[in-house]
Amino acid sequence: MRALQTMLDKLWAAHEVLQREDGVSLLWVDRHLVHEGSHHAFAKISERGLPVAEPSLTFAVVDHYAPTRGRSRIADPQIARMIDTLRSNANTHGLRLYDLTDPYQGIVHVLGPEEGLTLPGLLINCGDSHTSTHGAFGALAFGIGATEVAHVLATQTVWQRKPKSMRITIEGALGAGVTAKDLALGWIAKLGTDGAQGHAVEYAGSAVRDLSMEGRMTLCNLSIEGGARLGMVAPDETTFAYLEGRRFAPKGADWEAACADWASLASDKGASFDREVTLDAAEISPTVTWGTSPEQAIPISAAIPDPADVPSEKVEAARAALDYMGLKAGEMIEGTPVDHVFIGSCTNGRIEDLRAAAAVLRGRKAKVPGLISPGSTQVKAQAEAEGLDRIFTEAGLDWVASGCSMCVGMNGDLLGAGKRCASSTNRNFKGRQGRGARTHLMSPVMVAAAAVTGVLTDVRPLLEGRVA
Amino acid sequence: MTGWRTHKGKMLGLPVANIDTDQLIPARFMSVRRGEGYGSYLMHDMRRDKTGALRADFPLNVHPKASVILAGRNFGSGSSREAAVYALVDAGIRAVIAPGFGDIFASNAVNNSLLPAKIDEESYAALDAALSKGPQEVTIDIDARSLTLGTLQVGFALDDSWATKLINGWDDIDLTRNHDAAITAFKHIRSQTAAWAWPAAAD
Repeated sequence: MRALQTMLDKLWAAHEVLQREDGVSLLWVDRHLVHEGSHHAFAKISERGLPVAEPSLTFAVVDHYAPTRGRSRIADPQIARMIDTLRSNANTHGLRLYDLTDPYQGIVHVLGPEEGLTLPGLLINCGDSHTSTHGAFGALAFGIGATEVAHVLATQTVWQRKPKSMRITIEGALGAGVTAKDLALGWIAKLGTDGAQGHAVEYAGSAVRDLSMEGRMTLCNLSIEGGARLGMVAPDETTFAYLEGRRFAPKGADWEAACADWASLASDKGASFDREVTLDAAEISPTVTWGTSPEQAIPISAAIPDPADVPSEKVEAARAALDYMGLKAGEMIEGTPVDHVFIGSCTNGRIEDLRAAAAVLRGRKAKVPGLISPGSTQVKAQAEAEGLDRIFTEAGLDWVASGCSMCVGMNGDLLGAGKRCASSTNRNFKGRQGRGARTHLMSPVMVAAAAVTGVLTDVRPLLEGRVA
Repeated sequence: MTGWRTHKGKMLGLPVANIDTDQLIPARFMSVRRGEGYGSYLMHDMRRDKTGALRADFPLNVHPKASVILAGRNFGSGSSREAAVYALVDAGIRAVIAPGFGDIFASNAVNNSLLPAKIDEESYAALDAALSKGPQEVTIDIDARSLTLGTLQVGFALDDSWATKLINGWDDIDLTRNHDAAITAFKHIRSQTAAWAWPAAAD
């Protein structure tokens, strides 16, 4: 009898070209996504005169440096040069390029699934840590550095030692106003930003099954903030329904064959994991970060932690974080005034996120300025077709084009020192949104609530009588 | 990439946890070409005060000649930017010793001859104490997985395949091209058994 296998075992076996004596595997890469930041890797292969091994499996996307305003004339020469370099590399190697004016352009981790480039059963690499997002489809998807990007470009393979397996099971139903973002921040706060280091995380349980694909993507996206190598969810009817008819998804007989193969990817019943963690969905409430690490997260109803009360190895970090964030231990996090809001990013820039935020913002005015950047040009078009853009602009927020924008600030969308931002992004690291800027991570509905009140606040009362 | 087995240099204590890749190199410097050098961007904002002046109390500013860093848990967490490793390497750093590393960072480090040596909490505390008055001379031996600082000897963990790579200075692309036939055969079988894994023609 065949040994019981986890989804990780199955995906690994399906991609293993060979295993060296030292236990490191050479894996076949089904999709390789590159962006402006991949310039080092292209330089490496051109130094050696190597071609891209599989141009038809390599897709180039303008996102990290994509201007969200004034795209037709880029003022900053450095940004223009980064985008031009990608154009030139894509052209040299014959890659499909999602350029600024492309109707399908978007953040690489929003665009991949939207185009049906992301599928269950694939191995997907990108030189970006949030590649874990694609695992929501039951794919083996992980971020790699520039040397490895060059290796994938040149060989369509990647050397990896198989990570340990970890299952996070979340049972129960999420309360109103509680989202996949809160689930993710919840487990990271509990286990720490290195809690899943060296592990591939599979999310399971009824709360995960009940999530839409958008929610599963948010959950898998944030796996990296908990230190995991990758995150994944077993494909099911929700997955298939999302993918059917997508532009690059299999068609006809191929679709039928694919669905049959994908249905067998789930971990075998009784398969054992190196580590198991169980959470109760009912215990999760809207969550915000108070510090400069995603693990420094608390329910909106909680007080800002006192460094004296945290574990000894985290005391210094807590003190430094409070100092940087300009917060006082013991005070309630709710009511903290914000200067700015941002909704977007590969974590929370999808149509469902915008609909949920719009449900809070409809007919209300924002007390602070803010930016809403849809995760892709398709998301932007869809939101506009539904009239969401008008809800945002009537609330006084800026509705702009798609890109990584204020999640990483490379395109110039930055905040000044000391400015406090309620943000639907993934990292609250010092300086992430601009030198000295203070980032509070939360779900899109919580950002919307902060916009209309001007302070960090519990979104739930604002949702009463509204469909979010 | 040049391989190395042993290294002798100054070891500096930077006992801070979660030094993420945004701290190692802020995103705004990442468009620089590799040849221009990344050393001056290492921990650019951490080592400066609000006015932009170098902080007199920041260890790396006081001892710029250090080649080994002792840091707190979860060093290099965050983004996959290899520029974080370039900044360390170009500033003359050969090894980082810490109780834990971001997975992608550690792999990027090895690809650039930078040793990510993982130690236990007890060794971390001992080294931190030994470095509290300033940098000390250290000897690192990759084969023995150990480092020596005065009378203190500490073992570290390092994946065998990474040790081999650091010692030989191997380049993966050359190694992999020896397996071209296996890759071609694998691709053929996959195209037969999972035709759906190739992108369909877009409408």
